[in-house]
Amino acid sequence: MSKFKRSTSKTGAGKINTASLPDIVFMLLFFFMTVTVMKEVDLKIQVTVPEATQGKNLEKKSLASFIYIGKPLPNLQATFGSEPKIQLNDAFKEVDDIQDFIAQERETLDESDQAKMLVSLKIDQSTRMQIVTEVKLALRRANALKIMYANRNVDQIRRLD
Amino acid sequence: MASREVQEINAGSMADIAFLLLIFFLVTTTMDTDTGLMRKLPPIPDPKTEQSDEQRIHERNILVVKVNKDNMLLVEGEIIHIDELRDITKEFILNPNDADDLPEKIEKNIPYFGLVRVAKQAVISLQNDYGTTYGVYIAVQNELLAARDEVRNDLAMQKWGIPYDDLNDNQMSAVDEYYNAPISEAEPKKIGGE
Repeated sequence: MSKFKRSTSKTGAGKINTASLPDIVFMLLFFFMTVTVMKEVDLKIQVTVPEATQGKNLEKKSLASFIYIGKPLPNLQATFGSEPKIQLNDAFKEVDDIQDFIAQERETLDESDQAKMLVSLKIDQSTRMQIVTEVKLALRRANALKIMYANRNVDQIRRLD
Repeated sequence: MASREVQEINAGSMADIAFLLLIFFLVTTTMDTDTGLMRKLPPIPDPKTEQSDEQRIHERNILVVKVNKDNMLLVEGEIIHIDELRDITKEFILNPNDADDLPEKIEKNIPYFGLVRVAKQAVISLQNDYGTTYGVYIAVQNELLAARDEVRNDLAMQKWGIPYDDLNDNQMSAVDEYYNAPISEAEPKKIGGE
């Protein structure tokens, strides 16, 4: 004990050198800055995407546009009803608006990337196919043919029945 | 004169600022990656070009999968459980015994494989109803994709001893050509809508 005290008092190294602390923190900061993906939208609907085993990773998120379909959140159901609705960006939209939305999204991409554009459909698993089919048709009309049915990847699907 | 007094900026608070930013990014980071079933939609057909008889596909080359509004599965006229679908699809793609009611095989030259007999025209047709539940629809799509992926993976393992996902682009397209079997999404029926 006394030995330890003596040595510190002799060299005067009572404090830990914190000069490299900013460097370490900056390193961590840059790591998190690069991996951060900001939450894209404020979801106004409930979406539980179905499970699947064959899902592929979305590699370039910047090329993807998102279409959400599901029931409005419970606190919004008084205004918007409980039928599944389409959400584009931050607002409820109709099927007819999809074409404009796709055109708009395409504009934001570089010309070389426009052909690689992908539409990710985040659809609640209890939705009926009618609205999904209408959306798909709208996407075909808008010539956005690369789509992705968003899912949760699992090893084994739990059967609903 | 003034410059002599201000010799260096105090960097003591740098760590604090960096910490603040770090914590912000820590909180906003979501590490989960998006996954999904990659599909390609068919383009809107040109109304000027009418489908001729030649373009029609012979019945034996189509695997008709229908899902009705009660989420029941009808494959080639038989009601089946979804657990059976994968094996049926695999048999359809492979046609191991050259059966008459499974896809016709035609000789074709494919890179890496040479002259092989492949079911060039085989198509899986998935038809759903307006009332089908999306979750079931995806489960069916998943089984069809899984069957095709398994068949392709088996071929890749047999040929190169490496899984399909690790093949290079040329090998992958050769395997794709060997077992093509596109999944077509037909226009749905409108029985169980609304």
